[in-house]
Amino acid sequence: MSWGYQEVRTPTLEYLHLFTATGTLSPSMLSRVYSFLDWDGWSGERVVLRPDGTIPIARLYIDNLARQELAKLFYVTNVFAFEETGRENRERWQCGVEFLGCAEPAADMEIILLATEILHKLGIDRIELRLSHAGLVKALLRELKLSPAEETKALGQLLEGDWQILTEVGSTSSELGELLPQLLGLKGKSSGFLKNLEVLSGQTSADFKSELNNFMDVISLLDSLDCNYQIDIMSMQGFEYYTGVCFQISTDGKRIAGGGRYDDLIPLMGGGNVSACGFALYADPLMSLVPSEVGKVAERGVLVKGETTAPEIVKTCFDLAQSLRNMGCVVDLDFVGRGAAGWRWTIMVQGARLFEVIDQVQNRRKEVASIVEVLNEVGG
Amino acid sequence: MKSSMKWGVEFSLLSKYQQGYLRLALPKGRLLAVTANLLAKIGLGFKGYNARARLYRLRSTRFSYLSAKMFQEKDIPVQVAVGNYDLGICGLDWVEELQVGYPATTLVKVMDLGYGRGNLYVAASGQGGISNIDEVLTGRNSWRIVSEYPNLAESFALKQRLRSFRIFPVWGAAEVYPPENADLAVLWARGEERLASYGLTPLKALLATSAFLIANERSLEAKDLNEILACFSPEVIGESKSLLETEAEVIGSSEAALSRQQRADSVWLALPDGHQQPPTVEFLSRVRINVEGYSEEGRNRRPSTDFDWLSVKVVRPQDMPLQVANGNFDLAISGKDWLLDHLYRFPSSPVAELADLGFGRVKIVAVVSKQLPVTNIGELRQLAKVGRLSPLRVASEYINIADKYLRDNRVSPYKLIPTWGASEAFLPEDADLLIENSQTGRTLARHNLRVIDTLFESRACLIGNINNIDSPTKGGKVASLIEILRQAAEGG
Repeated sequence: MSWGYQEVRTPTLEYLHLFTATGTLSPSMLSRVYSFLDWDGWSGERVVLRPDGTIPIARLYIDNLARQELAKLFYVTNVFAFEETGRENRERWQCGVEFLGCAEPAADMEIILLATEILHKLGIDRIELRLSHAGLVKALLRELKLSPAEETKALGQLLEGDWQILTEVGSTSSELGELLPQLLGLKGKSSGFLKNLEVLSGQTSADFKSELNNFMDVISLLDSLDCNYQIDIMSMQGFEYYTGVCFQISTDGKRIAGGGRYDDLIPLMGGGNVSACGFALYADPLMSLVPSEVGKVAERGVLVKGETTAPEIVKTCFDLAQSLRNMGCVVDLDFVGRGAAGWRWTIMVQGARLFEVIDQVQNRRKEVASIVEVLNEVGG
Repeated sequence: MKSSMKWGVEFSLLSKYQQGYLRLALPKGRLLAVTANLLAKIGLGFKGYNARARLYRLRSTRFSYLSAKMFQEKDIPVQVAVGNYDLGICGLDWVEELQVGYPATTLVKVMDLGYGRGNLYVAASGQGGISNIDEVLTGRNSWRIVSEYPNLAESFALKQRLRSFRIFPVWGAAEVYPPENADLAVLWARGEERLASYGLTPLKALLATSAFLIANERSLEAKDLNEILACFSPEVIGESKSLLETEAEVIGSSEAALSRQQRADSVWLALPDGHQQPPTVEFLSRVRINVEGYSEEGRNRRPSTDFDWLSVKVVRPQDMPLQVANGNFDLAISGKDWLLDHLYRFPSSPVAELADLGFGRVKIVAVVSKQLPVTNIGELRQLAKVGRLSPLRVASEYINIADKYLRDNRVSPYKLIPTWGASEAFLPEDADLLIENSQTGRTLARHNLRVIDTLFESRACLIGNINNIDSPTKGGKVASLIEILRQAAEGG
């Protein structure tokens, strides 16, 4: 929030048609959405359990925020996708950020830096940032001069991680024949190499060159900030709506975040000509990496135990708990004699004026005669 | 699935030579005659498996442990997938329809039997202004797609990245909807000539189909199917080829395609086929609305009337409420049963009953097998509650009526098995309760069934879209037609 983003929430149910057009979700993702007819679905219009975080935000922007030039939004949401084996979750959580209304490379840089900073703050430092460029890949596909249907199919395969198709088709074209292996094999921190590629791309279209320039602009900015990245064209996976720089972040081979630029999505969905970029952190793999909060309760936790359930004692317990909470303690109540393991303090309430304060850490006991004294013991 | 496991376990305890060890689901309808021929030829004949069969349960003439039941073709993949039947024979189209909707289905295609060949087409009317598939792919319309195969139709639309589309599932007669009441139809036909006779142009062949032998995956793993599968050896099937080519052409003579230009202000009326057709013919003749070509024998799905403003199509009564709700027809003669089934699913639908036409009376009843010791729904609820029938398997053509009835009666747990007719065949092996219509009760008695409740009496009714009755473009013609039919119904 210190970066100026505002939280938004979108509905769990959305219309299927938001996700079906070319340039939104790939057919293989569509084949796994939970879709059904709503109670008023006699028109045949289907609804889905939100399969993606970004497209609903684009819808929200078009419907409600289009008047403001810039929108910087974040969300924590669940997304749903059918998973055949039953071993993975069909409901996954993600935390995402969308920066709408800015086409500048500075925006791409901002979301990349924001993603890495959040991970850093979560205590995850050993990350790998891989950069690709969807616009470059799509321009390359156009260079191959396939029919529209073949091009859509090839893009679908690339998004599934099958890059074989590109080398097969590309080998028939002599100019691209040289460029392709270099581009696809492009790995490592090599902004200089991208520049060399520009020289090699002499024969290609202006379209391809301008995408390449855009990639270089973002990369030089990242270089100027000493950001640690790897270029890996083939890291582009999953989302059809990306149009520019896109990135994947992983740690120990596990993908934990991904994002990119999607300038065509809002126009495609009937909004204005609005550029945008964003990313999502995948909460499920992250949860296992973030240090547990369990120990923290113990530092300031108090268990208030009523010796009996006499009205006077119960009332005193609740009064004491309220005073402790006002002091900032985490307080739980117990009237059934459960164990005190894990709590920093235990207070036995034996009467309105009789309390036993047990310090579990220092293993000390003390009897006191008023709530104020209890607060002094715990607070001191 | 739970219940299929239950059956699976019970059957695996049966030894091979006990009755009911292996169960085969056989098709009624289009594939029946050829399938019966083939089975007889390969030594797998079933007594009484013919077009006039009145009982659905069949015994093998050769293998005592093999039994069979006749189903609507569409029900067969589902019955085999859930494990109620080990093997089945049906068209590949229905297998794919199930598998594309439910990819985790445990169904195995064992063998292409080679007969009943045809194609699943995406087709448009020759007069609808669509002549090739690219116009559909690049067009920006919201396409209305009508199909008996909603899963395959949706899969087609998603794969082709249609920008916007709506799928209208129908029980039948998909060919008659384009161009006025749908843009595209996804339908089965033997060949393109057949489509042409419907006035349709094929845009894309989605799937070449023929009859298939299918099996439940777990049956294949756990049971001894050797003797039965050996009968289907490719050589034997090959020898039978000549016999199979004598397939009867079951579809009647060509239907009239668009007979005349429709006026923009036409009032669209849907008339029923099937059981409701004869009484509807009689009713219309009583009100002196002459519908040329709408008689029991005729197959004309586009009969003409004396009024140039009135356009008529003959469709399934099941499909009418949804079609009327979407404005594809202004009025329809359907049944109260199908109207309620629609309204229970879509409470805010604009379809309403405009006149009770009085004919076509049937009772909608809850039915159990006489083997089940219950006489009312309360006793059945108790059985489900104590786990004797858990979950209660409920088969019905009226899936929404059945669902509401069980909810209202607090029956739990239950699961619904949608069927496409001949539901009485499901009791007692494949379902515990039926929600069915019954005219005389004779069919139910013949199948040893007991009625435990009557939900309501259904009659033919005129239905319409309450938002369109006063439509100015139709110049009050809808309202006047309603008035004519209503008066006739009251007078009659």
